[in-house]
Amino acid sequence: MPKADLLDPAGKAVANALQRKGHKAIANARIGKRIELHYTSTPTEQDLAEAKQIAADFLSNGVIEDVVSVTVEN
Amino acid sequence: MKIGVVTFPGTLDDRDAMRAVRLAGAEPVSLWHADKDLKKVDAVVLPGGFSFGDYLRCGAIAAQAPIMQKVIDAANGGLPVLGICNGFQVLVESHLLPGGLIRNEHQHFVCRDQKLIVENNQTAWTNQFSVGQEITIPLKNGEGGYIADKETLKRLEGEDLIVFRYSEVNPNGSINNIAGLRNERGNVVGLMPHPEHAVEPGFGPDTNVAMRSGVDGLQFFKSVINQVVNA
Repeated sequence: MPKADLLDPAGKAVANALQRKGHKAIANARIGKRIELHYTSTPTEQDLAEAKQIAADFLSNGVIEDVVSVTVEN
Repeated sequence: MKIGVVTFPGTLDDRDAMRAVRLAGAEPVSLWHADKDLKKVDAVVLPGGFSFGDYLRCGAIAAQAPIMQKVIDAANGGLPVLGICNGFQVLVESHLLPGGLIRNEHQHFVCRDQKLIVENNQTAWTNQFSVGQEITIPLKNGEGGYIADKETLKRLEGEDLIVFRYSEVNPNGSINNIAGLRNERGNVVGLMPHPEHAVEPGFGPDTNVAMRSGVDGLQFFKSVINQVVNA
């Protein structure tokens, strides 16, 4: 997700559109990313640890965004 | 004097950068993203464009390209490297320069002749300018909003690492009007505006003298030639 104190222009555009549609209770919207890594077999604990590292080093840029969660899903 | 210009898939301004190098008096050498050597160049330009389609984040995938490992090592050894627009984004993603670049505050792509103030001329790419000089070169970006955390910003200001600031108009919401940065050593410079588009009379920004006569960008390339020749 983009960092909380950072302007998210895309989210702002969505929030503006929602307010135009009459959703007055929505003050703001923020847009993040979901990235799926598909493994050849069920990921191990080590794979998960490695995925967290990949998320921190390459999939996200700590200057502008935060990794919210890294989980194993079916 | 050879200056390498890197082409990634999706790079747009490599030809213009090579032309600028030639007009400044050096020999341009084309470097490909998958190359594993720098072909003995004396400096490197990372040009503008949309490398790897701006996927993931602007410049993020290019920063992992084989040629970039060589550029990063060489830059840490003092090789002059200039990142223009997407090239600036690649430098930031390579951690050669701090901070990040996000979508323009007003959410629109911007294309204009942009006035800049030269803040620092102690770099390989700006030694032909004087501090406080106003120059005009084209700017064209969608994700040119420079940001950094408070600590980094304090360091940038305190250690005189800001090379250019936007003048009159802040076109993209960059903090402290930052248009370009250098590293501590001054061999690495990155900026969002495009010096390579202001190198030849008839094709540059308008000036008070004549339409399209602006060639302020040429001094970037003359600076690095000066630096290498006198090194």
